[in-house]
Amino acid sequence: MADVVLVTGVSRYLGGQFVRALTQDPTIKRVIGVDVIPPPGDIGRAEFVRADIRNPMIGKIIAQSEVDTVVHMNVIATPTHAGGRTSQKEINVIGTMQLLAACQKATSIRRLVVKSSAAIYGSSPRDPAMFTEDMGPKSLPRAGFGKDSVEVEGYVRGFSRRRPDVEISMLRFANIIGRGIRTSLTDYFALPVVPVPLGYDARLQFVHESDAIGSLLLATTGPSTGITNIAGDGVITVAQAAGMAGRPLIPVPMPAAGIFGNLVKRSGLADFSSDQIQFLAYGRGLDTRRMREVLGFEPAYTTRTAFEDYAQGVGSAIPGAGIFGSAVTGAAGSAASAISHVWAAGRND
Amino acid sequence: MPSTSGVSTSRASTSGASRSGASRAGAKPAGAARSAAKTAKTAKPAKPVKPVKKGALAAGAARASGERAKRRSTPLIASAAAAAPVAPVVQAVPAAVAAAPDASTTPSSGKHRPQPVAKVVPTRKAVARSGSRTTKPAKPARPAREGTAVATASTRHTEAEPKVRTLKAVTDETVVPLDVADPTTSRSIAPGVEELLTAGIAAVRVASEAAGISSDDVERHIASLLSFVRRRVTGDYTVDEFGFDEDFTRHFYLPVLRPLYKSWFRVEVRGIENIPAEGGGLVVANHSGTVAMDSLMTQVAVHDEHPAHRHLRMLGADLVFQTPVIGQVARKSGSTLAANPDAERLLSSGELAGVWPEGFKGVGKPFSERYKLQRFGRGGFVSAALKTGAPIIPCSIVGAEEIYPIIGNMKTVARLLGAPYAPITPTWPLLGPLGLIPLPSKWIIEFGSPVETADLGPNAADDPMLVFDLTDQVRETIQQTLYSLLMQRRSVFF
Repeated sequence: MADVVLVTGVSRYLGGQFVRALTQDPTIKRVIGVDVIPPPGDIGRAEFVRADIRNPMIGKIIAQSEVDTVVHMNVIATPTHAGGRTSQKEINVIGTMQLLAACQKATSIRRLVVKSSAAIYGSSPRDPAMFTEDMGPKSLPRAGFGKDSVEVEGYVRGFSRRRPDVEISMLRFANIIGRGIRTSLTDYFALPVVPVPLGYDARLQFVHESDAIGSLLLATTGPSTGITNIAGDGVITVAQAAGMAGRPLIPVPMPAAGIFGNLVKRSGLADFSSDQIQFLAYGRGLDTRRMREVLGFEPAYTTRTAFEDYAQGVGSAIPGAGIFGSAVTGAAGSAASAISHVWAAGRND
Repeated sequence: MPSTSGVSTSRASTSGASRSGASRAGAKPAGAARSAAKTAKTAKPAKPVKPVKKGALAAGAARASGERAKRRSTPLIASAAAAAPVAPVVQAVPAAVAAAPDASTTPSSGKHRPQPVAKVVPTRKAVARSGSRTTKPAKPARPAREGTAVATASTRHTEAEPKVRTLKAVTDETVVPLDVADPTTSRSIAPGVEELLTAGIAAVRVASEAAGISSDDVERHIASLLSFVRRRVTGDYTVDEFGFDEDFTRHFYLPVLRPLYKSWFRVEVRGIENIPAEGGGLVVANHSGTVAMDSLMTQVAVHDEHPAHRHLRMLGADLVFQTPVIGQVARKSGSTLAANPDAERLLSSGELAGVWPEGFKGVGKPFSERYKLQRFGRGGFVSAALKTGAPIIPCSIVGAEEIYPIIGNMKTVARLLGAPYAPITPTWPLLGPLGLIPLPSKWIIEFGSPVETADLGPNAADDPMLVFDLTDQVRETIQQTLYSLLMQRRSVFF
């Protein structure tokens, strides 16, 4: 099916990993990776073309190489990686516009795969427990990455209207986590002390980076198309996740969260925007029935095991925090055992 | 690969990268060897080690160092360089021979040419922007540092682990499994801690016996509390997709409500057999009492009185989930948003859902309108039951109206706070915090016989007339049951 695949954003972690996995497929003749900087890692037999998707030049590459499948992975979730919010928005929105304009002109295109995000569903107290693909956000994301994602999806919808012959696969990923990837959420749980909105304990869903790549591969080469949510099974809460990562929590009242978030952002430890704080207060869940039944993808990691895998990689932030934690749980354990010991002795009399 | 103008093409491959890396690495020893050879060469005419002609030597060295600086940046054959050891001056002759052809290959007037492959090696900035975590994953396991006080803590933890595991099974209903006779495990507890604990436990035993409570019970409760705390700290519990945390509900939430249920309101439950032992079901009840205490008590009633100890999954207004703390506790205790997608999801997964269709109209109505049912929303609960074929169980709650009788409503305050109502009761806000204590009315909760919806089929939900009829039928049943319960009630408080 896919002969010549063009992948955007190959110099980013997930893009590089995806391209390497894609080149393992012998049925694909050529894989062309596009980005503005050379890929830091090995991208297998893929050809790297240095080009900016915000530039009409991308159209020439598509036309000359007779690309039939375009995988758009250059939608950046974390502003610190893009060099600030302005640049992030530029890459996400203008980049997608230009890429889709180029795709619309190219007659060789047969399939478009877009890496989208669950951020388009937003986060609010009026949300249903689980979002299915046909549900819209209860409150439209007004800032940050969520808004970019909504706009990107809008352009993709426009493209699908104008080019009905092109199959479109859009994957809405829950937060991607793993040992290698770096996102604002991995930075957040790597903080020595995790600030949480006071009185809220959001539900989080994660997808492991290997599952993210696996599902993208299936969307690129498999038979199914359409919009699909991708997430690991089950949910964990913010407090539970912090407990698993061995991080103590500091509750921060919601009105002060903005100021606090800015402070953390300035210090460069993690990235906190207003939509991020909303997410940490209300959380989000994705219904993954379509992922199983239509896309036919079975994730290897549940939300919990994906987070455990990440948590093993980060280690403890404060030297001695782990020991203190284990001493506390050890003391609780020995207290409980001592009680049952004495209790047993009491029962024997 | 047809390369167009303005598009630079380069083949990114491992071999290229590794080659350039190797040549770079090789450059240094080769340079060193060469410099050694050079000094050996220049030193050769004066075989006795001391240099005689100082001026000529210095000039040679200066010339050589300029050239050396140029050469150092050019790549050399790595293998030759690697083979040549950093030669001391005495063995300089073979090294010089090895280095001689090498030196001849490098153009003497050669300009510094940057290796094109070197571009593939990413800059620090590129790596930082790529979104991959390059920081070394910290030590895989906490290293137990021997010889320090720290070691005792960590080993104690690891040895205490199996016993902690056995305690996972501790619940209020079951008995703690006892396999603590193993002497090694009991010794693993740090001596000071164990003695302290034993003394503490003995004190608790004595105290409980003095108070006339079974000491076994007390200890069992402490043990289960401790294991609960441990699970909370380490995140060792599961939360379902709605945020329901069974561990929290069973071991914290219900025990906190139980005294209120048993001793304060003395709830009497009738018709619990109308709730199915398994499968979906929708409990529909009247709402009252200023503070939605009736829903909490119904939840305790269903869990404690029903033989299957089912959890009632309540459907709450969005205001509940918007409020800090309350929203969190509501989610953890099994509530979710009162919307059709959530209701249908709960019912189709075989859960028992509870709904109070009057909403804030019911909770915030004045005392004069007590036990008069308000409008039942838009009948959304009926369509959810129809779509999933779940039976509707009408539930009438008597007694909740009297806990905080509303005699006035501060509309301006309510508008300022964004609350649906700001009640005035005989004790609130007159007595301050004391006004928050509910009046101890006697409650009766009666579950009526279920209205089956499965035989109507899922398409019946699209028939608005049928939905209205069913809504009215359920409402009427609850209203009639309320009247008959009120007739039977001896007084409000007994």
